[in-house]
Amino acid sequence: MGHTPFWLREMTNTITKEMFAHLVDLAALQMDAEEAEYLRQELNNQLNAINELEAIPLEENIPLTSHGVPYTPAISPAPRHDTWYPYPNPEDILGQAPQAEDGYIIVPDIPHTNLE
Amino acid sequence: MELCDLSAFELGRLLRQRKISAMEILDSALARIRAVDGRPGTAEPVEGNGDLAREDAQRVHAFISYTEDQARAQADAVDKKIAKGEDPGLLGGIPFTVKDIFCVRGTYSTAASRILANFRSPYTATPVERMLAAGGLMLGKVNLDEFAYGSSNEATAFQPSPRNPWNLEMVAGGSSGGSAASVASGEAVLSLGTDTSGSIRQPAAFCGVIGIKPTYGRVSRFGLIAFASSLDCPGPIARTVTDTAMMLQTIAGPDRNDNTAAVVDVGDYLAELEKGVRGMRIGLSPDYFRITTPNPDGTFNEEPVPAEIANTVYDAARRLKAMGAEIIEDVPMPNTRYGIPAYFVISRVEAASNLHRYDGVKYGYRIPEPVDDLREMYKLSRAQGFGQQPKLRILMGMYVSAAQYSAQYYQRALRVRTMIRGDFVKAFDPKGPFRLDALLTPTTPTTAFRLGAIYGDSVLMQYADQLNVNANHAGIPGITLPAGLDAGGLPVGIQLLGPDFSEANLLRISRAYEIATQDEAWRKVRPKVVQELA
Repeated sequence: MGHTPFWLREMTNTITKEMFAHLVDLAALQMDAEEAEYLRQELNNQLNAINELEAIPLEENIPLTSHGVPYTPAISPAPRHDTWYPYPNPEDILGQAPQAEDGYIIVPDIPHTNLE
Repeated sequence: MELCDLSAFELGRLLRQRKISAMEILDSALARIRAVDGRPGTAEPVEGNGDLAREDAQRVHAFISYTEDQARAQADAVDKKIAKGEDPGLLGGIPFTVKDIFCVRGTYSTAASRILANFRSPYTATPVERMLAAGGLMLGKVNLDEFAYGSSNEATAFQPSPRNPWNLEMVAGGSSGGSAASVASGEAVLSLGTDTSGSIRQPAAFCGVIGIKPTYGRVSRFGLIAFASSLDCPGPIARTVTDTAMMLQTIAGPDRNDNTAAVVDVGDYLAELEKGVRGMRIGLSPDYFRITTPNPDGTFNEEPVPAEIANTVYDAARRLKAMGAEIIEDVPMPNTRYGIPAYFVISRVEAASNLHRYDGVKYGYRIPEPVDDLREMYKLSRAQGFGQQPKLRILMGMYVSAAQYSAQYYQRALRVRTMIRGDFVKAFDPKGPFRLDALLTPTTPTTAFRLGAIYGDSVLMQYADQLNVNANHAGIPGITLPAGLDAGGLPVGIQLLGPDFSEANLLRISRAYEIATQDEAWRKVRPKVVQELA
């Protein structure tokens, strides 16, 4: 870009370095300092855009929409019968595991604390 | 004109008349791929020099993987059916590509991410299954932004990323960039894409082809690798309206494997197609002719859509009026500008939730080196497997849905979504003041932009979708149609939005527009990569 977009002119700092590190840990991610700083800045820039939502006058009784199209009974499929269908190729599913043995998926040691 | 440049409808006619074979159609498509596509995208680093980069810059790079053997077997089966006098199916002998975010049994199904680079799907997505059952020939899997997170297709772990067949220095658009590029360049006649905030319509507009985002629930999501589950819609990309209708006819309808696939009759899109627009009410809204973006101080910046694009939409309105439609101006859509801010929240929360399943345990990438414990394995596998876009979406999704911020962000965004839906409900209400059959708008605020121009700026990239995203919030269908070329020779798209499950009407209006513009000079111009073959 030849110019700085207007919403980037002021670097906001809503998501601090400490908060960002906490989010990274919760998300089970890991990154070096350079990547962390770039992603933190992008998040703060996105928050600037998101903050437009706060300026919208909302009446208290506006319901939440979780799907655009209302799922009325008339267009919703009937619940399926609770019938067990054997999967034809379970080995294809197990075969995707990075490490498996005798039908079991192998993982490294699961962190645990021994109770006294 | 090669066979691969013809429409699915025309190919089907020639096939049934036994003037051509499915194998000949397939050979034509494969020859086009060899001529224009170059090397497929790969997640592995490639030792390259300047020559490789120069060679890459001359090619489209729509594909990630090929399924030529399966396509040959399928073509052979179609030809045998025709020889026996049997019906080869609605898509019999028609070559198509699949955005690599759909699982297809036995193929690598990567979502253009390193974390799924080695994943071979054990089952097939419903829309693909239906296209194969209708006799379609699947050529391979095509590129996308990683997990569909992007609007330029540059954010793919599988490089080189697709280029625009009209001008190879421009992006193909995204996230269904490989789909749009493969159809525009004649490599495929049809492609299956997905649209979460414009990911079918924007690349289709950038590449001068047609793309439809069906109503949420019109097409099953079974076998689609999820991005934002309340917004994702599979849909067709094609070069003609009739072909779009044929493909949607094939993939739409209820599915026992997807309880959000609505039990609504699909009808017969092809039978409705030629009925014209007489008496239909088509709206124009000033809110779709300006781009609103936020300033850091809470004020808004407003710019008109470029005149070239706006005039193309007005010209379409005049043509539809001349064919008997009624044009209703000044339809208010006041919540249009909130679409992207609400999307930043809703899509991130859903994406973060959907991405927790990638952990290096059950499938996908696991760090090869031994590690001390499971938690470290999760972190290192995800750190190396995900690119920056997935990481950003996970982190933002977790932030805005955290207990202390949820009311401020997530719940508020869902209320704004209600208001956005309300704009459409009012515009389409058969007893309301506007009673629209469709809203006519530009598809994109610009034509295809230059590779590298926006990539890296995640806010600006997201705003590329602002004329598309509200159809996803509202769940309604939207279609983009090629409508001319700008001064730089790049395609301009127009968009039609309609009420829930009004695909038949949208296709009808689209067909009328196609007829109204069939003799225009721009209809004769072909993408540069195709012109250069002649």
